[in-house]
Amino acid sequence: MKKTILRASLAAFAIAGYAGIATAEPVDEKLTIDGEREMTVKTKAPEGHPFDEVLSGWLFRTKETRALEADSFANPGMLRVEEGEALWNKVEGTAGKSCSTCHGDAAESMKGVGAAYPKWDKDNNRPINIELQVNKCRTEQMGAEAYPFDKGGQKPLTAYVKHQSIGMPVAADLTAGEMQKWWDKGKEVYYTRTGQLNLSCASCHEQNAGKYIRADHLSQGQVNGFPTYRLKQADLVSLHNRFRGCIRDTRAEYPKAFSDELMALEVYVTWRGTGLSVETPGVRQ
Amino acid sequence: MNINRRQALALSAGAAVFAITGVSTKLAYAAAEDTEKAIMDLAGGKAPQSGKITLTSPEIAENGNTVPVSVKVDSKMMEGDMVKSITIFAEGNPNPDVVTFHFSAMSGAATASTRMRLAKTQNVVAVAKMADGSTYMDKKEVKVTIGGCGG
Amino acid sequence: MASKPRVKVPKKASVGEVITIKTLISHKMESGQRKGKDGKLVPRKIINKFTAEFNGQEVFSADMHGAVSANPYLEFTVKMSESGTFKFSWVDDDGSVYSTEKKITVS
Repeated sequence: MKKTILRASLAAFAIAGYAGIATAEPVDEKLTIDGEREMTVKTKAPEGHPFDEVLSGWLFRTKETRALEADSFANPGMLRVEEGEALWNKVEGTAGKSCSTCHGDAAESMKGVGAAYPKWDKDNNRPINIELQVNKCRTEQMGAEAYPFDKGGQKPLTAYVKHQSIGMPVAADLTAGEMQKWWDKGKEVYYTRTGQLNLSCASCHEQNAGKYIRADHLSQGQVNGFPTYRLKQADLVSLHNRFRGCIRDTRAEYPKAFSDELMALEVYVTWRGTGLSVETPGVRQ
Repeated sequence: MNINRRQALALSAGAAVFAITGVSTKLAYAAAEDTEKAIMDLAGGKAPQSGKITLTSPEIAENGNTVPVSVKVDSKMMEGDMVKSITIFAEGNPNPDVVTFHFSAMSGAATASTRMRLAKTQNVVAVAKMADGSTYMDKKEVKVTIGGCGG
Repeated sequence: MASKPRVKVPKKASVGEVITIKTLISHKMESGQRKGKDGKLVPRKIINKFTAEFNGQEVFSADMHGAVSANPYLEFTVKMSESGTFKFSWVDDDGSVYSTEKKITVS
């Protein structure tokens, strides 16, 4: 067993070497979308944060991937944002309403919303994210069915809503309701090792951020670009899908999307990216 | 930042798992000979010349699903110096054909870009066909990272 | 196809100017090489042809294969001599044709 692990470890280093990357440091570059909109991809961490600076995952990607996000035309995630715009104006459900019936022009009404979520939801006594807020509107206001996780219009509509806050700093309000309690719970999830590989979120994204796990350049695991366009899936990937993917990669059973565990993690991880610009739709590997 | 031994082992054991997953995807890759044959067909049985054409692609592609590629031929795009087409091949894919761009007298320049899929680390080849039938070729190796969380 | 094709063409150009056109369309580009959940190959379904016409005349085209990425992106140039209308068309394996037009003023 020891021998196998050692061999695996050598293989990992060999690959990192083969990729020919001398330094594993994230780049020190500015992200300016379309040469006009300057984004905050690096900022001073909030008090009590393990890092001095919080860094967008954009800084950990190759120059080609970075270029895709820097050009809103070339960014394939924008195709899905446009799809979200059509859904915003689409009447659905027994009440004969669309999102725009109540909220009008998303460019005005949704500006800043994506930067302030997750929020405290008094009605349900738990935090709520954009996906669940959309479902709440659909079931309570529109008389429409809730979107199942990652299905129907959930990803494009969430991306469209969050995109209205592009460039605005992530700033979730932890003072409302019991948000602080959920933050504590999320922190516990973040540092708990799981799975056969016995890894926590922190194992990769805190202790080894900037290093390579085989061919992957580990970032700080920031969530400011979600839903983000991933080259692997060639599609938008939701935050809870990515959470589940990471946990699956530790070879653990993964919690349900929007479960207490993952909602708490969303609250905590969002805080870890406080001050970074909302990048939705980000482009990642 | 220091990485202690236990963490190193944990991380690389993880890497080993990804490695195994990677290998289980069996694809019938095209032999480089298929590409060579396609190039010879395109060039009318004669090997293309080097020069004139430049293929630009990343040295390392972060994910083989979306690899940017650009081609450019040094040409006036006027009578006597016209590029008819540029074809891109990926030697290591199950099917080497990627794309053929067709230019016209209105192109103004013989340049085009797209994004392609590469199944593994391999040579990417671009062949330009001029209006007079002559052909030019450029070749570049693109390393494709497989494994890790993105692969 | 989930959304309209995206095309970027400058609104204005001068005579003799070489402009860059960018196009992006939402499409899975199912290569025919991928296995589905049932272990069988998923049949190929891609956009196999793109054409750009200006005032009815073809100025650029591309023959695409399964190795072109999902949501195909194309960038190319055109030398402008007069005002007019571009027509862009994408042909799907199933025979559907998606198209869009853009006007340009050349002076």
